[in-house]
Amino acid sequence: MTTATESKVAELIKPFAGKPSELIQALHRVQSALGHIPPEAQAAVARTLGVPPSQVRGVVTFYHFFRTTPVGKHTLRLCLGTACHVRGAEEVLKAIQEELGVGLGGTSADGLVTVEGVRCLGACGLAPVMMVDDEVYGKLDPKKVKGILRRIRGGAG
Amino acid sequence: MISLRIDDTPVQAEPGETILQAARRAGIRIPTLCFLESLSPRGACRICLVEIRNWNGRLVPACATPAQEGLDVVAHSDRLTALRRTILELLFAERNHICAFCVSSGHCELQDLATELGMDHVTFPYRFPALSVDLSHPKFGLDPNRCVLCGRCVRACAEVEGAFTWGFSGRGVGTLVEPDLGGPWAKSPTCTGCGKCVQACPVGALFEKGKATSEQVKRPEILAEVTERRPRA
Repeated sequence: MTTATESKVAELIKPFAGKPSELIQALHRVQSALGHIPPEAQAAVARTLGVPPSQVRGVVTFYHFFRTTPVGKHTLRLCLGTACHVRGAEEVLKAIQEELGVGLGGTSADGLVTVEGVRCLGACGLAPVMMVDDEVYGKLDPKKVKGILRRIRGGAG
Repeated sequence: MISLRIDDTPVQAEPGETILQAARRAGIRIPTLCFLESLSPRGACRICLVEIRNWNGRLVPACATPAQEGLDVVAHSDRLTALRRTILELLFAERNHICAFCVSSGHCELQDLATELGMDHVTFPYRFPALSVDLSHPKFGLDPNRCVLCGRCVRACAEVEGAFTWGFSGRGVGTLVEPDLGGPWAKSPTCTGCGKCVQACPVGALFEKGKATSEQVKRPEILAEVTERRPRA
């Protein structure tokens, strides 16, 4: 399993072999192929590019964009910006937690939904707002968000 | 030679020397924490901030700012002491710095700075993060609760030992010093067990196992000694 991931990653980032300056490019490529960057993939990136593992981990954990754990089938991005905060994003987040059993950065146990917090979706008129994959859901309240989540999980599961 | 003034004393510096190096040679003490002789300067802790009068009072880290012709540097003033003390307070408040329970008490650079700068209490609320201690290594321990993120261990490991075991993970207040792709330390494939990181650590975050507080005296100068003895190409 580990070796399969490692050889897959090594193949993916072959063009960057021996080029430490291409670290972020290589990590992007790995994440778009695997969905996340597990430790064995980080090790493969380190070896292929000639970057110390500690520095690869440093970059992976520094940038919020990179993930080290698998993402769910759907990504929920809840806006935590000022307008949404004022209009009750906290309550919506609480409802999401109740419904999915996980908070920000977590993935529901059924592997269907990953919850992320973002600072603004540029749709303050719809506050509080969230996106699930490419779909925007606005003017949320706890009841509404629970309904949406049930629909998504029901439909997919 | 470059001529500059530090605390109204005329000082000479070689091209490429920093304000800190020039000050030290002239016998002017500027407090430091993340700086360590023989390691690359990082400017991470800001304790060595000095004021440049003829740059409109701009504050720069002495350890990472090259000496320049005609600089009028203030290294000691009420303003600087207040700033340095605030920085110290923030460092104390960020983690669990409780001297009474620390193996480095009595020979800790953070504690010494607090004494030197007259920081007798912390005005910010302590954050009290609960960080797990790594005692897996047979000889050494890592307690991130006492870490000030100066990066001396990281640089000692990379620049002197060449092992690159230590790195920073995460960011901001949640940053941790961790080996390779994460702990435990004992499982590190790159660590040589040389202990340079422990000697470089200014506080009790990296310590030797089986040693009492009074025996836990660090020798950070060992890094400069090691690099000086090295044959040069």
